[in-house]
Amino acid sequence: MREAVQTGRHFWYGNIAIAEGAIAAGCRFFAGYPITPASEIAEHVSRRFPEIGGMFVQFEDELASIAAILGASWAGAKSMTATSGPGFSLMQENIGLGIMMEVPTVIVNVQRGGPSTGLPTLTAQGDVMQTKWGSHGPYEIIALSPDSPQEAFNVTIRCFNLAEKYRVPVVLLTSETVGHSAGKVVVPPEDAIEIVERKKPKVPVGEYAPYKPDEDLIPPMACAGEGYAFTTTGLTHNEKGYPDTTAETQEKLIRRLNDKIRSHLGDIVDVTEENMEDADIAVVSYGQVSRPAKKAVEMARENGIKAGSIKLTTIWPFAEHIIHKWAKQVEYFIVPELNYGQIYLEVKREAAGEAKTLLIPRMGGELITPTEIYNEIERMSKR
Amino acid sequence: MFAGFGGQGVVTAGYITGQAAAVYDDRECSFTRVYGPEARGSACYSGVVVDEEEIDYPYLLNPEIMVIMSQEAYEKFLSKLADGGLLIIDSSIVRLDERAEKYKRYNVPATQIAEKMGARVVANVVMLGFVGRIWRGVSVDGLRESVKATVPTRHLDLNLRAFERGIELAEKAIESAPA
Repeated sequence: MREAVQTGRHFWYGNIAIAEGAIAAGCRFFAGYPITPASEIAEHVSRRFPEIGGMFVQFEDELASIAAILGASWAGAKSMTATSGPGFSLMQENIGLGIMMEVPTVIVNVQRGGPSTGLPTLTAQGDVMQTKWGSHGPYEIIALSPDSPQEAFNVTIRCFNLAEKYRVPVVLLTSETVGHSAGKVVVPPEDAIEIVERKKPKVPVGEYAPYKPDEDLIPPMACAGEGYAFTTTGLTHNEKGYPDTTAETQEKLIRRLNDKIRSHLGDIVDVTEENMEDADIAVVSYGQVSRPAKKAVEMARENGIKAGSIKLTTIWPFAEHIIHKWAKQVEYFIVPELNYGQIYLEVKREAAGEAKTLLIPRMGGELITPTEIYNEIERMSKR
Repeated sequence: MFAGFGGQGVVTAGYITGQAAAVYDDRECSFTRVYGPEARGSACYSGVVVDEEEIDYPYLLNPEIMVIMSQEAYEKFLSKLADGGLLIIDSSIVRLDERAEKYKRYNVPATQIAEKMGARVVANVVMLGFVGRIWRGVSVDGLRESVKATVPTRHLDLNLRAFERGIELAEKAIESAPA
């Protein structure tokens, strides 16, 4: 029997690192339906959970899987599912339910080429906007994207921590490249891993209102079996959790669901800025593209071009304050991504005419190389 | 790069090499493999990138060493090998032509040797021993530990013998053709 936290040095595929990260974060319920290129996560969890007392269920489809992880979270478990584009599309309705009911859970999307069944075995970053807007209604969600197996492990733990802290479904938006490449993953000792647990109510049983927020806009969460009686619903509801479909209640609720994320940008947004002090050109990247982007910036510096890199580990909420800040200094933002322009649009919006924004799109299922990014940096430096 | 046809263990050989570099040699490493139907039967390969620093690009771009174990893989992948690269072929299977002349070449009859040892399937491990001795990217001791950690216990003895045989061949090759 192996421990929950596999302290030591490993050689793991990104998908295995995600499964181990989830286990280290305290995930003990997994529901899912197999899909390339995400299946190894379910496969690994199904082997590991019997060793540590977790529950793994392969459901009939993705609709049931997302419903099950919401339910498990209400029962007090840290829960997760893992899928890819087609399955992620199927989950959208209940992702909205999770947002509305404020359920901490983690949804892994190992992106592959789309639309539809697309390119099952090749990489993409086409689901970025879907992650933000895929379910109906005005909402904020948290999404993180790792660039390697090591980061996949670390970021998975952070996804659980953010879900618990903000009572929101968190999307781990990774890709075939990260999922199916193996690398060195160092797992720290258990006591060196920071774990966040959801806030529990401190009031007497009769006084508990499941949607009465604290000052941080996040309501404490009682779970089934803890003695508190409460209701929850996807309908617009009051602080007691009862349906209350009035304009006033809806306005107040939706503002809070959005503001509990927006007012904590500094805590949620994780960005790595390198070589930016004197940069004229900034390469903005995320996920697996961050590695070649960083290399391209190093190549530019070696050739005397003042380029810098901004790596977004947190994709949603968008790092608008960061882009806004650098837009005053740089002339160009270059955004390489494996789609036809998604984060590019966000960067362009925040640059707001103060800096020009250039997209390097790629959709064939291959990762952009450092040289391809460098060539664009060089071209822009001569303008 | 380890290239051959599906079933020869070129993916396993790459994984063992990557694991040796990452876990036992404590270097940075990225391992990728062909994924999907082409991994069975036809020409396929796996790639290992090793560095002291963080890996910039997880896939192989200009491999400095290529182990080729089938003729189809030779035809299909040889052109990827970087100029001045090291070409190791399974000489019991692959026939070279003039395209190989610009590379530093080693002929290793891995499949023939493996058959003599009683199991064709350890040809990839013979190659691993050879690679461990020839290539600076990974240590012999790291590779040996990685083989031990990967191979099922009941086949370990045979695999370790195949590995040592690969090292011996490399020693001879180095003696007869000093770099």
